[in-house]
Amino acid sequence: MPLLELVDVEASYGPVKALHGVSLAVEEGELAAVLGANGAGKTTTLRAISGVVRRSGSIVFAGKKLPRRPESTARLGIAHVPEGRGTFSELSVWDNLRLGGYTRRSGTKEDARRVFEFFPQLEERRLQQAGTLSGGEQQMLALGRALMQRPRLLLLDEPSLGLAPLVVEEIFGALERMNEQDGTTIVVVEQNARLALRAARRAYVLEVGRVVLGGPSEELRANESVRKSYLG
Amino acid sequence: MPRLVGDFEVRELALVGVYFIAILGLDVLTGFSGQVSLGHGAFMAIGGYTTAILTVDHGVRDLWTIPLAGVIAGIAGLLVGLPALRLSGLYLALVTFGIAVSFPQLLKKFQGFTGGTTGKILNLLKAPFGLHTTPNRWLYYLTWGIALVLLATAWLLTRGRIGRALRAIRDSEIAAASSGVSLAAYKTLAFGISAFYAGVAGSLLALATAYVNPDTFPILLSVYLVVGLVVGGLGSQIWLVAGAAFVYYLQNHADAVARGANGALPFLHLSPTRPGVPSVIFGVVLIGVMLLLPSGAGGLVRRALGLLTRRE
Amino acid sequence: MILVAFTWSELAQQVVTGLRNGGIYASLALALVLIYRSTRVINFAQGELATFTTFVAWSLMNHGLGFWAAFPLVLAIAFLGGAAIERVVIRPVENASALTIVIVTLGLALLLNGLMNVIWGGGEKQFRGPFSTRTIQLGGVAISIQDIGVVAVSVAIVVLLGLFFRFTKLGLALRAAALNPASSRLVGVRVGWMLALGWGLAAVLGAVAGMMIAPIVFLDPNMMQTVLLYAFVAAALGGLDSPVGAVVGGLALGLLITLLGRYVGFVGETLKLPAALLVILLLLLVRPAGLFGRLAVRRV
Repeated sequence: MPLLELVDVEASYGPVKALHGVSLAVEEGELAAVLGANGAGKTTTLRAISGVVRRSGSIVFAGKKLPRRPESTARLGIAHVPEGRGTFSELSVWDNLRLGGYTRRSGTKEDARRVFEFFPQLEERRLQQAGTLSGGEQQMLALGRALMQRPRLLLLDEPSLGLAPLVVEEIFGALERMNEQDGTTIVVVEQNARLALRAARRAYVLEVGRVVLGGPSEELRANESVRKSYLG
Repeated sequence: MPRLVGDFEVRELALVGVYFIAILGLDVLTGFSGQVSLGHGAFMAIGGYTTAILTVDHGVRDLWTIPLAGVIAGIAGLLVGLPALRLSGLYLALVTFGIAVSFPQLLKKFQGFTGGTTGKILNLLKAPFGLHTTPNRWLYYLTWGIALVLLATAWLLTRGRIGRALRAIRDSEIAAASSGVSLAAYKTLAFGISAFYAGVAGSLLALATAYVNPDTFPILLSVYLVVGLVVGGLGSQIWLVAGAAFVYYLQNHADAVARGANGALPFLHLSPTRPGVPSVIFGVVLIGVMLLLPSGAGGLVRRALGLLTRRE
Repeated sequence: MILVAFTWSELAQQVVTGLRNGGIYASLALALVLIYRSTRVINFAQGELATFTTFVAWSLMNHGLGFWAAFPLVLAIAFLGGAAIERVVIRPVENASALTIVIVTLGLALLLNGLMNVIWGGGEKQFRGPFSTRTIQLGGVAISIQDIGVVAVSVAIVVLLGLFFRFTKLGLALRAAALNPASSRLVGVRVGWMLALGWGLAAVLGAVAGMMIAPIVFLDPNMMQTVLLYAFVAAALGGLDSPVGAVVGGLALGLLITLLGRYVGFVGETLKLPAALLVILLLLLVRPAGLFGRLAVRRV
């Protein structure tokens, strides 16, 4: 049984429908990518899962129906790093990490140590205001904050956006290690299909609010239309 | 209308008109340029005292003092409007509220001029040109005559060039400035215009009560004006009559509400004359209205009209 | 502007009185800031809420409780009351315009004021405070124990609140919910409850201010109205969104108007408030967001 399964999920912003029935499944321990052009509904798919946007249709997480409010999905172990990273820019790096561990009763110190192993830069800047960090460091902080939640499922929205290639490598490296070492299930939304297909084991392609293609990454990489539209 | 009801009711309708004028002016400021003032009672006081001082100490005819009261309050408004330019949102609300609160103190301090706590007693309002009518009927015609002129003025103002500029400022200051609207000039102007309206209303209130002292223009007056504005609906102009009536009747007829509540809820035994009860009623009704009609009565009426006219 | 006869020991006394008043203003200003930070609204009912809880304390003490026995009980009642008000009255208008919410708080102020008149009557009541009004000599200056006590309690409350915000998870979540509600939800913070918690804490601060000032003046339903205005000025002075600013603003204002009222004959008792207002106006003209406030970057 997959860890996360969406069946016919629809969502709209006011009168504008963004998802026209998205169905996809992610196995436990998998790193899955969601690809697609601008406006295809990638971000909305993540928002529908975490409950940021109102949706209809069924989402089952770990065998249970998923609640529809972000506070509640967060408590079930879903960490969502939103578009624009959602950093608390007025708070210190350390307070941002503490907030990540908000729903956990104990273990903040140990969890933080693990975050600092992944991203040593953050430890140096732990007392600095988060808003003063560079873009790459902010993305690391957002990932660190999500790690502090000890998530069963990590949702990432365009982690590579606006970052230098070297920093992107570092971040994707960290993602793969999280996935392999801790067995964290990860769903990552990416514009950069080449990067995503290299890291992910499985991928889905969205077009105008629907899943048009899905399967193991190697298959998609070999697919003619994917090559043309996203890798060309 | 005044022929159908008694003299006292006519007086009440006239006072609703006074509120209407002041609220209409406040609408120019808050509804159209987006600046919140919780201190317009002070401009009413300036108008009221202008009329009192001019008629009592200088023997000016009462009618002539009405526009003068507006002009002097308007000038005061321009003076407040200038520093207000630097204040945004709630800071402005706080500062204007402070003005409303300290104004009575100032009136008491400069008693040689204002009569201090005892205030000034005006002559009773008399109809001019030997018209045969009671003072209250004359007050009614006078107030609503002025109100209609000022309503038309506000209507024209807010639809013309000035109105467009003010709305642009309300919706986005930066965008308005970058499209060439002179922020400072228009915002100050809005303050001046709305203070002019308040001054006229204050002058009429002084003429109606034939008496001014610091308590004629209490702190709560400023609050009532804002309440009337929001209940009537921001920017809704003619519908502000509903807000004015709401504020006036709730203030003066809380006893009727208390009796109604006693009748409706048998376990309730509100004594309407007990101190505190009118205030409780005003508070409860106010909160209730805000929860039920956050966009005001004007908003409701307009929505209803919208539904009726948009039959497809 | 005539200066009144001056001695150093009197100045010292005036400074202590100023700090005492300032401590009370600071508590109430802090309450305003707490609510402003989370809901972007000024609570005009904060003063009446404080007076109401002080009346509750008065009733409890009339039933034989000592001040320090009633104190925690009243704080608990204030907390629950404040939180309940947020849930019942403020929550439904959460997304309405700021003006609508301001009017709701004004309605709340009227309601509470009326209720106090109905329940306890309008007259002034003696409120026996916890501190003796005896004076002690400190370096040749006679200072009342009550003044020292009030300052100490205000300082203690502010320090406790600071520790709560800085070092507890709940305090951090409260700050986070005010700064960035969307992200707070994503890490599992129940933002709605944080708002209620903020109102509860604000009511607690108000209750402390009320119970501190009631022994100095008399207890009556309008007791906090002027204090609330000074708290407004103090909060605006420090910057509406800065807790540190509220405390500094409160103390500075207490000192300033006490000294102005005593030493500048023209100001005297009657013009204290207008003078305070002039100060705030001048300051806001130079620094539109107050001493410690940050001006939000405005987007088109």
